[in-house]
Formats: sequence, structure tokens, C-alpha cells
Amino acid sequence: MATPTMDRVEEGSAASTHLLTVTFRIRRFNPEVSDEAWWQDFQLEIDPKERVLDGLHKIKWDVDGTLTFRRSCAHGVCGSDAMRINGKNRLACKTLIKDIVSLDKSGNVSKPITIEAIKGMTVLKDLVVDMDPFFQAYRDVMPFLVAKGNEPTRERYQSAEDRARFDDTTKCILCAACTSSCPVFWNDGQYFGPAAIVNAHRFIFDSRDDAGEQRLEILNDRDGVWRCRTTFNCTDACPRGIEVTKAIQEVKRALITRRF
Amino acid sequence: MSADTTSAAGSAIGEVEGASLYDVDHPAPVIEPPRARTARTPKTTRGNFEMVAWLFMRLSGVVLVVLVLGHLLIQLVLDGGVSKIGFAFVAGRWANPFWQVWDLAMLWLAMLHGCNGLRTIVNDYAERPKTRMWLKGLLYTATIWTVLLGTLVIFTFDPNIR
Repeated sequence: MATPTMDRVEEGSAASTHLLTVTFRIRRFNPEVSDEAWWQDFQLEIDPKERVLDGLHKIKWDVDGTLTFRRSCAHGVCGSDAMRINGKNRLACKTLIKDIVSLDKSGNVSKPITIEAIKGMTVLKDLVVDMDPFFQAYRDVMPFLVAKGNEPTRERYQSAEDRARFDDTTKCILCAACTSSCPVFWNDGQYFGPAAIVNAHRFIFDSRDDAGEQRLEILNDRDGVWRCRTTFNCTDACPRGIEVTKAIQEVKRALITRRF
Repeated sequence: MSADTTSAAGSAIGEVEGASLYDVDHPAPVIEPPRARTARTPKTTRGNFEMVAWLFMRLSGVVLVVLVLGHLLIQLVLDGGVSKIGFAFVAGRWANPFWQVWDLAMLWLAMLHGCNGLRTIVNDYAERPKTRMWLKGLLYTATIWTVLLGTLVIFTFDPNIR
């Protein structure tokens, strides 16, 4: 498998002075064993410049093969490995150990790194959750180009300014870090959630798209943008740095200016 | 590898192993979050009620800052503070239509503002449809009762009551 990871591990054990002994405290759940989740500690010697995902790989490959988590590209693009690390939603593949580990004065690790599944979704096993409700909300905002009129024979032109209007929200990788950090979503899964609104925003403000009105109507719903409490959890959680709350507010503003 | 596991002695997996109620063919029930969205979740509700409610919260909030702070200032701070308030003080103020309108606006805006705020809290936190229905029923009843009673008192107040 991923050779760069293995190389770095070898390097690390050669000069073991800079390695940290870190405890990974992982919230496990296996419905084939118990109906209750439990916390399990794993101690790892790990280079602080490695990522949390490298630690999880070490555990899965060398210590406990039953540890279950999603990851695909492992480089912050596919959005598979969003998890709650030290109580904050992050991508395991973009989080360096040195950025989240707490050291005492003598340079020893003073606290374990806690890792759990993202909140507000059904945990199927360990860190794997059921993403169906999340993608249902995504589908419900029609995340695709709807253009009226004849299909042009060439590409659909767009000015740089028009493209910049929704540039921020094109960065979404659908990792669900924002939606699963939203306290409204935790309590009511029928709320569209930040990710769906971000992806609606991406088309609502696209000059080539003709269904903005329809999408606004969808988000004018009881479970739409008006349920946002602007707690900014989503903006903090987004591993792509999208200003999620701002996007939601822009949709609200579009809805209001459309009416008045 | 230098990895080492220190599984907690009292972890669930240790205790239930061997005598587990659950296995591959009989997995434990998973814990589903409240009110998950499915393909059967009702689509768009018509109308702008939620938008109007949201706007009302912002606008009434701004007006209430003036109304409530002014009210508190007059009632509790100016002219000897709270000790001056008595039947005569209230009767004197409500003889003036300005204060009648002030108090009426404050009553309606504060009650509707508070009612709408609690409605969103019920929507956020109550999971079962029946709980939602009862909480909202109670909320609307209390709001309508208070608003109507307050309005009645402001308009039919009789300073010569015995």
C-alpha cells in the first residue's frame, strides 16, 4: 500500500528521538459484538509530522484489523475520512499529529487524541456512518446544471467575475464535516444542513444556470435556510476553508431580495 | 512495529465476549439520529411563512430594544425608581394614548417574538411528532391568551375601578 507512509515509518524508527508516544482514544462500535459503543486506547510511537490517518493505518494494519474507517484518496480531496478528532470535525488525512497533540513542559504527551465518528448520523461500525440522509439532502437541492433554451454548440461562456461569484462553494468535497458539526442537524436530521445549502449556492449564483429560483424555493422550506442559527460551527469545521455560514446568509439574502 | 494496545479492562468487548447477545447474523440495533431525511421526506412546503417569521424576529428585536429598555428606564430608574409604581402611576400613564400604544406594541411584539423563538426551539429539540404538537399547542394557547388578555386590559382599563 501507500509506500510514502511506509518509508516514513522506517525513517522514524531509525532515528527514534523525535518520535512521540501518543495515545489514540477511539470510540468503537460493532453491532455484531455489542449494542453499546466503547472507548479503546491504542498507544503509538509516531512522528509528530505524520497525520492522524497514518496513526489509524498503523493501528489497522499492525495492531487491530477490526478497526473500521473510511478513507480513499488520503490526501484531502475525496472527503471520505471526516471524523471527530479531539471534539472537532476534521479530515484525518489533513490533520497533523503535531497540530493537535497537547504536550506538557517536559515534552511528553499529556492528553490522548480522541477520535470518534461524526455526529448526527447513524454509526454503522466504529468510524463509519450512514451517509444516506446527508446525500438525500444533497440530491434534494438539485446539484446539477439546469439550463433552458437550445444547447450551445460550444461551451457555455462565463465571465471571470461571474465565475468568481460562486467560486468559494465550488470547493466542497462533500465530506459532511460541516453538516455533522451543525447543532440544528444533530437534533433534526430533516434540516437540509450546511453542505446541501453550499451546493445549492454553487448553482443559484451560477450565471449559466436557470433553476436558481427553483432551488431558492426548495431552501425557503421549513427545513431550509431559515433554520440556520449562524453558530459558525460549519465554517470552523470545513477542511476546505469554505465560508459556509456566509454562503447560507447569501442564500437568505437572495430569498429576501427576491421577495421585496 | 512499535505500536501497543492498552485496551481498557472494563471495555464492553471484553465483558460480552463469549456470551454476547449479538453476532454476525443478529447484529445489535444501531442508534439512528432523530428525524433523518429520506426520499420520503415531504418536499417543499409552499409559502413564505418561515422567511416572514425570520424577518419578524430581526425587526421586532430591534424595536423591542427601544421599547423594553425605555420601559425599564421609566419604571425602575427615573423618578425614584420602582417605589413610585402604584395604581395611580399606572392609571396616570394609561390616560395618555402614547403610553397605551407603547405598551400595546411592547405586549404584541414581545409575545410574538418570544412565541416564535420558543417555536423554533421546539422545532429544534422535540423529536416525536406528538411531543411537538403538544408543546406547540400549549405555546400558542398561552401566547394567544396573554396577548388577548393584555390587549383587553389596555383598552378597557378603568381608573375609577373600586
